[in-house]
Amino acid sequence: MADYNTMELMIVTGSRELIPGASVAVGTGAPCAAAMLAQKTHAPDLLIIFEAGGIDPRLPEMPISVGDSRTIWKACQATSMTDTMEAFCRGMVDYTFLGGAQIDMYGNLNSTRIGPDHQKPKVRFPGSGGANDFGSFCWNMMVMTPQDSKRFAEKCDFITTPGYLKGGNSRDESGLPKGTGPYRIITNMAVFDFEPKSKRMRIISINPGYSEKDVQDNCGFELLKAKKIKDTHPPTQKELAVLREEVDPYRYVIGR
Amino acid sequence: MDVIEEGIGRVFTDPDADNARAFFKTKSRSLTSKLMSLKDAVAKFVHDGEYLAIGGFGANRTPIAACHEIVRQGKKNMGFAGHTSTHDFQILSAGKVFDKLDIAYIVGLEARGLSPNARRYMESGEVEVSEWTNYCLSARLKAAAMGISFVPIRNVMGTDTLKFSGAKVIKCPFTGQKYAAMPALWPDVSVIHVHEADMYGNCRIRDITVSDLDLAKASKHLIITCERLIPNEEIRRDPSRTVIPFFCVDAVCEVPYGAYPGVMAYEYFSDEEHLREWMAVEKDPEAFKAFLDKNIYNVESHFDYIRLHGGMEKMLALRDKELMTTSNEA
Repeated sequence: MADYNTMELMIVTGSRELIPGASVAVGTGAPCAAAMLAQKTHAPDLLIIFEAGGIDPRLPEMPISVGDSRTIWKACQATSMTDTMEAFCRGMVDYTFLGGAQIDMYGNLNSTRIGPDHQKPKVRFPGSGGANDFGSFCWNMMVMTPQDSKRFAEKCDFITTPGYLKGGNSRDESGLPKGTGPYRIITNMAVFDFEPKSKRMRIISINPGYSEKDVQDNCGFELLKAKKIKDTHPPTQKELAVLREEVDPYRYVIGR
Repeated sequence: MDVIEEGIGRVFTDPDADNARAFFKTKSRSLTSKLMSLKDAVAKFVHDGEYLAIGGFGANRTPIAACHEIVRQGKKNMGFAGHTSTHDFQILSAGKVFDKLDIAYIVGLEARGLSPNARRYMESGEVEVSEWTNYCLSARLKAAAMGISFVPIRNVMGTDTLKFSGAKVIKCPFTGQKYAAMPALWPDVSVIHVHEADMYGNCRIRDITVSDLDLAKASKHLIITCERLIPNEEIRRDPSRTVIPFFCVDAVCEVPYGAYPGVMAYEYFSDEEHLREWMAVEKDPEAFKAFLDKNIYNVESHFDYIRLHGGMEKMLALRDKELMTTSNEA
């Protein structure tokens, strides 16, 4: 029995992707936890940007909103959303974490609606917020999400945020900034990247306790496989200690 | 300019720059007192059928007192900019104030979850929607603030967000690069909550400004609610701190704790207990009706609302929470 839960595993795995000296645009919850964890472990000079205008805060605790006053606590700047979005568009933001009700094999995300009628949706979600903006501009977009065959869908009911669109060169041809797109998808079962030519989702490592079959059985489309599939490194005692004691002491995100 | 692709969403406001100029030609430039009660400001400047925008970011420096007043006065059939809107959206949905909606972020309260009542309203088919993103609506306000009819930006292309928006994809005349053209958005009326303002409407904000500085310039009519009134001499002592100038402003209302139960940076933190109560009570439409009567319809002012939820003692506790101090621990 592992001494960590799947949310802790996803946050730790996500935080390891954030390299020292890089910049990351985050939302509330797990993305913020991953960025804070990276800052408190291997990447103290990670630049954290909140879309609403908070630049490089010393987060005293998890924000409830990407615009609340914790996002400017001992920050270098409190600016505008237009200003942060312009920095994203200039190519100054390396990483972001997004999520959604559905994700397809090209990493396209749905956070808008379920059902065919746009004016009278079966289920209405918040919409893009800043997700489409982050997904369009950030060099490397990542997703942390539990995986099942409904969420990992053959086709999204609505593409809110661009992944690699229809695969191949379709993202570059759409007019979105070149060299951007989904980078890692981190689930409770595995870690995926995108095969460089087809831009289809590909298994690169499998989490402790799961098999290749589990990963495919809980996915609504056919996954590609890396030549050598690795085992995801479990969280270290140090990472877990920092996450539990400093990042999320009230266990809002990592749960009980 | 050739249009390569366009969305099917309606653009609810007129993007014509000369029509906007014709309006701004008539707007007062005079340095006169604009002090009035919030009740009078909403009655005077918020009209059924017109287009409304709300400043701040969801439950952060958002003019909540004004949102309550708009609902209390029963404003209807408005267009609304659902731009980073969370608790404000929840309140305006409760009053069914709008039936035309530009969407960037709606229904949710970020880490707090989704509003059951706002969701029911959005799934009812009663609201006509156009789909955008946070940056799209910021850019639309920026175009309006610049006095031009659109700005080109590089998001949404290739997605359904574009298909259900009112944006159009065009080519750069210099490079051939594709851009999504965002039509200018000139709201009929907006409300922005600030830390300090003088009687003429010169404003100071000690916080992130989100899209408020462009919103102030873009709005045909602008109501300012402020935590504190300050003398014009103080404004003139340090004019570099003025972020919204008086000539953008039509009404100045002193509303201390005007962003409660949301956050006001350096003043008070959000009342999470009360926000959770909102979310929970919305699950039962009958109970929610009684809740709205108690908290909005049968309430005279924002002070009465605050008294219902712990009054000054609560405000001081929220100040401690905001500043991470313990000075007022009983």
